[in-house]
Amino acid sequence: MTPLGHPAFDPLLLSVAAPLAVALAIALGLPKRYAVKLAYVGFAVPALMALLVWWGFGDAAKESHGYAFLSGYSTGLDGFGIGLKFGINGISLPLFVLAGIVGLAAGLYAIQSNAERMKTYLMLLLVMQAGLMGTFASVDIFFFYFFHELALIPTFIMVGVWGGRDRTYAALQMTIYLTLGAMLSLLGLIAIYAKSGAGSFDILVLRDTLASRPFGETTQRHIFGLLLFGFGILVSLWPFHSWAPLGYGAAPSSAAMLHAGVLKKFGLYGLLQIALPLLPFGASHWSHTLAVLAGVGNVLAIGLVTIAQRDLKQMVGYSSVMHMGYAFLGIAAGSVLGAGGVVMLMAAHGLSVALLFLLSTSVYKRTHTFDMDRMGGLARKAPALAALFVAATFASIGLPGFANFWGELPIFVALWQFSHALTVVALTGTVVSAVYGLRAAARVFFGPESAAFSQVAAANPTQDLGWGEKLPALLLAATLLFVGVWPRSFSTEINRALEGATAATVASR
Amino acid sequence: MDSTLQLQSASFMVYGHGNAWGAVWPELSLGCLALFLLVLETVLPKSQHERIPAVSVAGQLAVLAVLLGRLDIPVTTAFNGLLILSSRGQVMRVFFLLTSLFVSILAYAGLHRRRVPIVEFHHIVLVVTGATMLLVESRNFVMLFVALETVTVGLYILVSYYRSSPAALEAGLKYLVMGALSSALLLFGIALLYGAAGGHGLPGRTDDAMEYAGLRGFLDANPHNFLAAAGIALVLSGVAFKIGAVPFQIWIPDVYQGAPTPVTALLAVGSKAAGFIVLLVLVTEVFPSYEWLVGPVLTLMAAATLLFGNLAALKQRNVKRLIGLSGVSHAGFILLAVVSTCAAGAGAIGAVYFYLYAYLIGSFAVFGVMAVLSGPDDSVQELSDYAGLAKQSPFLAGVLACGLGSLAGIPPFAGFLGKLYVFVAAFKAGHYGLLGIAAAGVVISIYYYFGWIRTAYFSDEAAISPETAARAKSGPGFVLGITLALLVAASILLGFCQGPLGVLMSGR
Repeated sequence: MTPLGHPAFDPLLLSVAAPLAVALAIALGLPKRYAVKLAYVGFAVPALMALLVWWGFGDAAKESHGYAFLSGYSTGLDGFGIGLKFGINGISLPLFVLAGIVGLAAGLYAIQSNAERMKTYLMLLLVMQAGLMGTFASVDIFFFYFFHELALIPTFIMVGVWGGRDRTYAALQMTIYLTLGAMLSLLGLIAIYAKSGAGSFDILVLRDTLASRPFGETTQRHIFGLLLFGFGILVSLWPFHSWAPLGYGAAPSSAAMLHAGVLKKFGLYGLLQIALPLLPFGASHWSHTLAVLAGVGNVLAIGLVTIAQRDLKQMVGYSSVMHMGYAFLGIAAGSVLGAGGVVMLMAAHGLSVALLFLLSTSVYKRTHTFDMDRMGGLARKAPALAALFVAATFASIGLPGFANFWGELPIFVALWQFSHALTVVALTGTVVSAVYGLRAAARVFFGPESAAFSQVAAANPTQDLGWGEKLPALLLAATLLFVGVWPRSFSTEINRALEGATAATVASR
Repeated sequence: MDSTLQLQSASFMVYGHGNAWGAVWPELSLGCLALFLLVLETVLPKSQHERIPAVSVAGQLAVLAVLLGRLDIPVTTAFNGLLILSSRGQVMRVFFLLTSLFVSILAYAGLHRRRVPIVEFHHIVLVVTGATMLLVESRNFVMLFVALETVTVGLYILVSYYRSSPAALEAGLKYLVMGALSSALLLFGIALLYGAAGGHGLPGRTDDAMEYAGLRGFLDANPHNFLAAAGIALVLSGVAFKIGAVPFQIWIPDVYQGAPTPVTALLAVGSKAAGFIVLLVLVTEVFPSYEWLVGPVLTLMAAATLLFGNLAALKQRNVKRLIGLSGVSHAGFILLAVVSTCAAGAGAIGAVYFYLYAYLIGSFAVFGVMAVLSGPDDSVQELSDYAGLAKQSPFLAGVLACGLGSLAGIPPFAGFLGKLYVFVAAFKAGHYGLLGIAAAGVVISIYYYFGWIRTAYFSDEAAISPETAARAKSGPGFVLGITLALLVAASILLGFCQGPLGVLMSGR
């Protein structure tokens, strides 16, 4: 029995309110001992709620457009058509679960990392976590954007204060790029609000209004263009990607896990949940531009750039830019199959890239460098770290058995119907990602020990992963495997949601 | 309930006979309070003089409390149409009262460190505030000009209040010359309008062309009169000086830098807001039939103001100049909302009011921190003084970050909602080009606002001078501290969970 049926129990509100409340308590001067203990609660509650929602979603009553767990709260902005409204559908379910699990892993990892000014660090991370949960649980576009910004600002601060090399420059570049992206997408969202005449930011109302009175084709083309490039910058669409590897290279591990793993999916999610169903003509108009940018730019060009990286963390950053290319290709393909693959890939990539960032930092702790030329032979000293890293690499390449496979496969099939040439490009990309992924694993963990590493290892004896690092890593890896062997746990609901939403898009072609 | 009914019926009788002294009670109370301060200074012994500012603050709080209880009033004319009082007017009265309250608190916290007369400062602030209230209520060019001159003359004195500082004197002189020029332009415009509307036998000619209603009748009947068009252009130029819109913004950096910090705040918030409400009234109530002229002029002005303000602020190292130039860009945003009133109507007017409030809250949070950190020479407040502020005083750094975040328009602060309202209004009015420029402006502004926050938080080197560090460590004091905390709370609350406050502030 779960408490889900109870009317007073709102798991979505709880997943946002719990981390915020803990952050507030820490901000008000909770002593460090209690702050850390309470932080466990702040990270665990959203994860538990995410699992609960995942578990109960199939049986939950779907009220409108496939949304379940709907609840609304007034914030005094009703006159403007803004209300704090939560709900989950098949598209947001995987991302909500992703946010809960990666949040817990990042939180656990942050707590054991014992960073400087720990309380502030945990507080910012908790605010970010609340923002993430809220982003994917929001039905109101205003709050969808609002929660995204709530999660974004702590990211800048964490990169700027706790970051590594070049942190100030990285933080500034990230801030300006992401503000530009957020501004463009905000303009697009306002355009939808102002032009629809619905007088509401509620996505359900907007869908109903636009179903009866759709936008003209020109309007759709313009608004979709705004949203595509706005959201695109946020998801590091080539050629607006340069903030990503630099920012992730400098970011502290937990912030990088949450941003690259979860927050970045905001843009793709916005395209799937808002732009595609509301602006079907716009989507088909822009699909070729998007496909070429993503296929040639993100997948091929950035794939080759990734091979050339020596810095482990930057390599992971570039590889995440590259994998976003697949997601864009799936959106460009414009079918239920492609879009479903994108949702799956978003969740899977989030888990795998968070795992890779976590393990890269664990590698750094043992080698005192991110330079892969100065590593080698770590597997003998830290076998568990090596096993997890290789598993994460396999997942990220898209080998069967991991969730990523079920994301990439449908995208390739859908892409074949869209364009043969781009499918070939995308498949070449998988070879490229196998090359850099496996090469990195080999250079870091296998082969002879480099002289530099021997020196470091002699100075302080290398230990394998402790439980503090192992637990979050295992959590991520286990989820990847679980979805990998049982993809239906997500795919049934994804299909159900998309068949409703994307039907209009397909019909318009 | 009963008392308000009585008041309304009583005031109705009074209005019927032309004059309505009861209707301008907030202005009268402020004037009396101002005189009372001077009386206190002569009556009280010198040792008690330091309590006089507290009397000023307490008196303003009392007026504010009464005013908040009487927000919803019917639209009424007073003094034979010289003034119009309405709920929107009440919203602006509250706005100006809050401005003067914050300015008084800033002066209370900072003025005693310098050898200047204190009571007179508070006196002039009160007079200026009463005059700004009359300024936005006036519906007659004579009244407008008298109120405007009262404000401006008060500000001439306040700008160069630190008589021993060359920067303040220079600023005072510049403000005097520029202010006189703008008054002359405005007056010339009024004269042309008066001549056109009252002079010869055109349809709709009126005997009292100073009055807005009569003037509007003439303008509506002659929508392409050259003389009237020239007059309108000159009036707009005169108002543009007050709000600091390009190309009439050149005085802003120097005057803002030289003026004492509380006066800079008064100029940046109070005087600018008054200018905008005057502009709004003129555009929506008097000049609608000249939209062919007003629309393009204001559109161009808004575009230039947005671009100039943001680009010029990018490289500023002096924070007073920085906040002045960023204020120019905010003027651009509000202009965008004013331009949108032509097509988007009431939504855009509400956006102007809300944006002004958001700007007030964000600005005073920043000015409060500036007032605490300012050294013996008020005009020298460099960005480097803020290096590592977060380590010296987490509270001040937090207030600064929230204030700048609100000015930059980042959620969850009120500034974000203000920008959202303006953008929605502009979208509805179809000003896509301006929207693009405004969006670019937001991104550029992130650079300098974030740069300031970055200096306060991320700077590792201890570039901060020992004196500044000591001032930061000693903190803002009790009254200013509470005020700053309230401002931060208000900026967050209004950002997404405003309840009835939002309706109040947008004057609906």
